[in-house]
Amino acid sequence: MEDKKVMLEVNDLQTTFFTDSGDIPAVDHVSFHVHDGEVLGIVGESGCGKSVTSLSIMGLVPNPPGKVVGGDIHFEDKNLLDLSEREMRKVRGNDIAMIFQEPMTSLNPLFTIGHQMMEAVLIHHKKKGKQYAKDRCIEMLELVELPRAKDLMDEYPHQLSGGMRQRVMIAMALICDPKVLIADEPTTALDVTTQSQILKLIKELNDRLNTALLLITHDLGVVAKTCERVIVMYSGQVIEEAPVDKLFDSPKHPYTQGLIQSVPDVRKKQDRLYSIEGNVPLPGSIHKGCRFADRCKFAFDRCFNENPEFYQTSDVQKARCFLYDKEGAVEHDKALTRS
Amino acid sequence: MLSYTLKRIFQLIPVLLGMTFIVSMLIRAIPGNPAQVILGQQATAEAVQALTEKLGLDKPWYIQYIDYLKGILTGDLGESFRTHAPVVEEIWPYLAATVELAVFAMIIAIFIGINAGIVSAWFQNSWFDYIAMVLALVGVSMPIFWLGLLGQWGFALELNWLPTTGRESVRDPVNAITNFYIIDTIIQGEWGQLKEVIRHLILPGLSLATIPMAIIARMTRSSMLEVMRSDYIRTAKAKGQKMFFVIYKHALKNAFIPVLTIIGLQLGLLLGGAILTETIFAWPGIGRYIYDAIGFRDYPVIQSGILVVAFIFVMINLIVDLLYSFIDPRIKYD
Ligand SMILES: Nc1ncnc2c1ncn2[C@@H]1O[C@H](COP(=O)(O)OP(=O)(O)O)[C@@H](O)[C@H]1O
Ligand SMILES: [Mg+2]
Repeated sequence: MEDKKVMLEVNDLQTTFFTDSGDIPAVDHVSFHVHDGEVLGIVGESGCGKSVTSLSIMGLVPNPPGKVVGGDIHFEDKNLLDLSEREMRKVRGNDIAMIFQEPMTSLNPLFTIGHQMMEAVLIHHKKKGKQYAKDRCIEMLELVELPRAKDLMDEYPHQLSGGMRQRVMIAMALICDPKVLIADEPTTALDVTTQSQILKLIKELNDRLNTALLLITHDLGVVAKTCERVIVMYSGQVIEEAPVDKLFDSPKHPYTQGLIQSVPDVRKKQDRLYSIEGNVPLPGSIHKGCRFADRCKFAFDRCFNENPEFYQTSDVQKARCFLYDKEGAVEHDKALTRS
Repeated sequence: MLSYTLKRIFQLIPVLLGMTFIVSMLIRAIPGNPAQVILGQQATAEAVQALTEKLGLDKPWYIQYIDYLKGILTGDLGESFRTHAPVVEEIWPYLAATVELAVFAMIIAIFIGINAGIVSAWFQNSWFDYIAMVLALVGVSMPIFWLGLLGQWGFALELNWLPTTGRESVRDPVNAITNFYIIDTIIQGEWGQLKEVIRHLILPGLSLATIPMAIIARMTRSSMLEVMRSDYIRTAKAKGQKMFFVIYKHALKNAFIPVLTIIGLQLGLLLGGAILTETIFAWPGIGRYIYDAIGFRDYPVIQSGILVVAFIFVMINLIVDLLYSFIDPRIKYD
């Protein structure tokens, strides 16, 4: 698996919102990569910067107030951040496509499904003509298992259910054969049954089309079912990176450990759900030290004064925590004996 | 859709009926006997009495009103006391003059207003946005007559670029066919006259357009700003669509719905505003026609003139309502 080609590589990405109440570093030195055909999960609580990360890749951060202020995003020997708006438009929807959380509002209510899907084709393949675009739309609608594909072309979004609309969004995102698909909480707004159907579909399509998939979610259940590798975000930073089995079996960062304990496990009998005390600090509200320090039961002096590096804990796993620094291990043991 | 339209037209009948009733009451409140006004102060009492009977003004008011309604049902809007010509025939040139002016003004208002609103929203907080919105604020609060006089003084008297009054050059009058002079000069190939007609339209057209233009610009801007935050706009951008199409196609169609309401209302108000503008620019329109008729106590002209204006007003509203369902597939009228 490791010899696969890296499709997208994000290095040290920094995206800041310049607001009246101060600068918010919503994405703070975030680095990760995704391989060809791989499913990379990005997990984290709401507000930790997942959506801003994906919008930064697409070049769609609302500006003002937001701006990518540092880092690079490598895709096919290009740094996307160096591209002009015009060059970036050729990447959007064509090389890198995106689906969003809200299927109910993500389609334009005043245009037919067919019109909106054909637009997605024609923007990038104008020369192939309308008939090609139309055939391609019907093919894609059938691929996402929507019945009556031909009739759907003439229908408006309000005539479809949420699940159907999300299928349309998926079909539309994949219509130009993108190399990377970013799915930002694609099932969060759907009911449980529809959720698992859509997730299954996304997974199948990823296997079949071999698209690299960046699956953003706050739901560890989704991660367990779908992803191969995971990065965990906390308050604008990546705090852990691990293959999915390692993440669940031996989470390294205390935050990840807490997260995993807070997932109800049907195999174990539990009296009470574990939950991490305290709240996620807003990006920008902390200037010094580890962002999780306030909520961390292992925190020691250094955690409040220095920002930890991203330590390699094994050849496939990394954690942003001083426990994995050499001296940290000692402190860890001290903390464990204290508690 | 068709049944809805018919239903709406059917509902207009009581509205228009009520209106004719109110107007017929109001004109009788204008002091002065029409026969006396027509014959002048020197006329003998017998002559005045004879004319009063001839005009049917001696009958009780409700008989007069019912006679008038009967006429309307057969398409007869009455006969002018003054010229003795049927109002149906006489009114058309005036109506056409007003409609031409109002449509001209509305096209300017819609075109400039919508584009200014879009650009202001697109480049929110830019200098363009600030200037456009200050101008719009000035525009809505500017009285038409003041603006009209200012235009006449500046562009006509001082600069001598544009004519002050009228619809056409007095030395080279248009040969009326439809009475829409732009159309008439085009079908006759009279390009020199067409140029004159347009030159005459500019000042009254602009002063009439100012208020609706400003209101449309402000409405478009706020509506666009709201729509631009929508998820489907982000979707359109994520497809790789050009900003121009994202704005003029995806956003504008959605933002246009509330703007359409405003356009309908303003078009109605424009007909009212036209009366003032017509006075300042000596525009031979329906406003002038009714205004002059009031001076002569020309009851049929006043009554039918107002009826025609009201009819146009309600028809505009109906058309706007039907346009909603045309733009927005979620609106279904059946
Ligand atoms: N338009 C914006 N203006 C100001 N701050 C923003 C804006 N969008 C996002 N942020 C900031 O970025 C942070 C991360 O947001 P987001 O990426 O949407 O979180 P999530 O992980 O839930 O997708 C938020 O906590 C917020 O402070
Ligand atoms: Mg989000």
